[in-house]
Amino acid sequence: MSVLIIAEHDNKSLKPATLNTVTAATQIDADVHVLVVGFECQTVVEQASQVAGVSKVLVADNAAYEHQLAENVSKLVVEIAGNYGHILAPATTTGKNTLPRVAALLNVAQLSDVIKVESADTFVRPIYAGNAIATVKTTDPVKVLTVRATGFDAAASTGGSAERQVLSQVIASDRSRFVKEQLAESDRPELTAANVIISGGRGMGNGDNFKLLEGIADKLGAAIGASRAAVDAGFVPNDLQVGQTGKTVAPDLYIAVGISGAIQHLAGMKDSKVIVAINKDEDAPIFQVADYGLVADLFDAVPELEKSL
Amino acid sequence: MKILVSVKRVIDYNVKVRVKSDQSAVDLTNVKMSMNPFCEIAVEEAIRLKEKGVASEVVAVSVGSKSCQETLRTAMALGADRAIQVEAEDGLDSLSVAKLIAKVAQEEAADLVIMGKQAIDSDNNQTGQMVAALLDYPQATFASEIVIENGEAQVTREIDGGLQTLAITLPAVVTTDLRLNEPRFASLPNIMKAKKKPLDVKTSADLGVEVGSNVSIVSVTPPPQRAGGIKVGSVAELVDKLKNEAKVVS
Repeated sequence: MSVLIIAEHDNKSLKPATLNTVTAATQIDADVHVLVVGFECQTVVEQASQVAGVSKVLVADNAAYEHQLAENVSKLVVEIAGNYGHILAPATTTGKNTLPRVAALLNVAQLSDVIKVESADTFVRPIYAGNAIATVKTTDPVKVLTVRATGFDAAASTGGSAERQVLSQVIASDRSRFVKEQLAESDRPELTAANVIISGGRGMGNGDNFKLLEGIADKLGAAIGASRAAVDAGFVPNDLQVGQTGKTVAPDLYIAVGISGAIQHLAGMKDSKVIVAINKDEDAPIFQVADYGLVADLFDAVPELEKSL
Repeated sequence: MKILVSVKRVIDYNVKVRVKSDQSAVDLTNVKMSMNPFCEIAVEEAIRLKEKGVASEVVAVSVGSKSCQETLRTAMALGADRAIQVEAEDGLDSLSVAKLIAKVAQEEAADLVIMGKQAIDSDNNQTGQMVAALLDYPQATFASEIVIENGEAQVTREIDGGLQTLAITLPAVVTTDLRLNEPRFASLPNIMKAKKKPLDVKTSADLGVEVGSNVSIVSVTPPPQRAGGIKVGSVAELVDKLKNEAKVVS
């Protein structure tokens, strides 16, 4: 049976995590459909139709779906679920918010943060903050899963030519209402999609010192991340947080500056290809996972690193 | 108004987990167990709402074997008024737990159900959403601020790009993110008092809920180990390695 993916988007553009989810879906079944639920989201529909491997794009475009509230989207997905053997969404905050609701309405289990597809009914996912890897098999009639983007390559964003189908159902909820949004603005690459990330921890001392990382980020085209300690101390906003409770990343190069390397932080970044740690405490646990460790005061090392890049 | 708060007993967050040699599960014998950190935040928020006069009663619920009574006592030591243990084997799947908690929420006629956003053992991040779905209640997940007014909860949520605020009509389900509050510690007198607070035990049969799952664990293995790295002596050596050895910087 076909696989349905709930697209991650902001009504303006399709988010890259959707492309990784398409790759996971094609490993389950060749017939992959993408559902775009939103409002005035025609460019997203356009982009989704061009993704290689997608055969059909379902469109639900209505003011009721503008903020993709879980109450509305889950009911819409359940209405069309009968045609599908699998329902997938990227394991973003939107996917995590909506998909368990879909599963419960269908009376099936949900598998979170899948990193590998073994077969159409067997999947691999991390547990205990990534300190154990579980392989699970499900015999549920509809398999509902969120996909960890860093576990799969991105599908090509061009080359596809999916047909389109407009869904006419409008499901509104009078018990949940969008009030406002405060989005952090940044010109840098998105954290979860960046090839290089430089992250700061408690050792940065204060928020102003994060500017030290910007020069390196500019030179390397890197995104800036942070540990929970840095976020809790108010140095940077929480959407920069990498870890079990923040974002999971797996860039080519991860530079950890002034981060001790608590289990919860490692859960979010230990699949990075190359890890560099700069820390003045030579016993910091981060050095156990770092490919290259530099024991030095970050206030000396970071400016020097910037100059030599 | 009445708040139902769910708590889960999990391996302590500081413990380095070991996978059993038969690859069936993580070894939980003789390891320190504690209340799931996100559940602590849920309990704290419920108690703060009571202290503000918004809530009149806080009921803690946990699904699991007898040992989770310890976790319920902790919740009562922190300020929950009474507790309900739903007797079940440990490690039920999220949907079964959600069905049991939804039923308790219904029986208790709770106006607000506060749950942690995820348990740090299974890392599922599902149960709150499922409880909301089963009850057809609105939900606000990953909350970093909750304001209750006029039968409505205004909840600020942590989303990937920043923050989002939703207004949901009660009864509703809210799941907590780490930044919602700083949980308090239980004082010794409160721990003593908690021993006298009522703790009911119910079974899934009492609640008329059938539990079971179509998901089975094939294996649990340790993650691939990273090869030990090297320490470099200077920034110049680091840049050289990144350029010429790892080839991640051009």
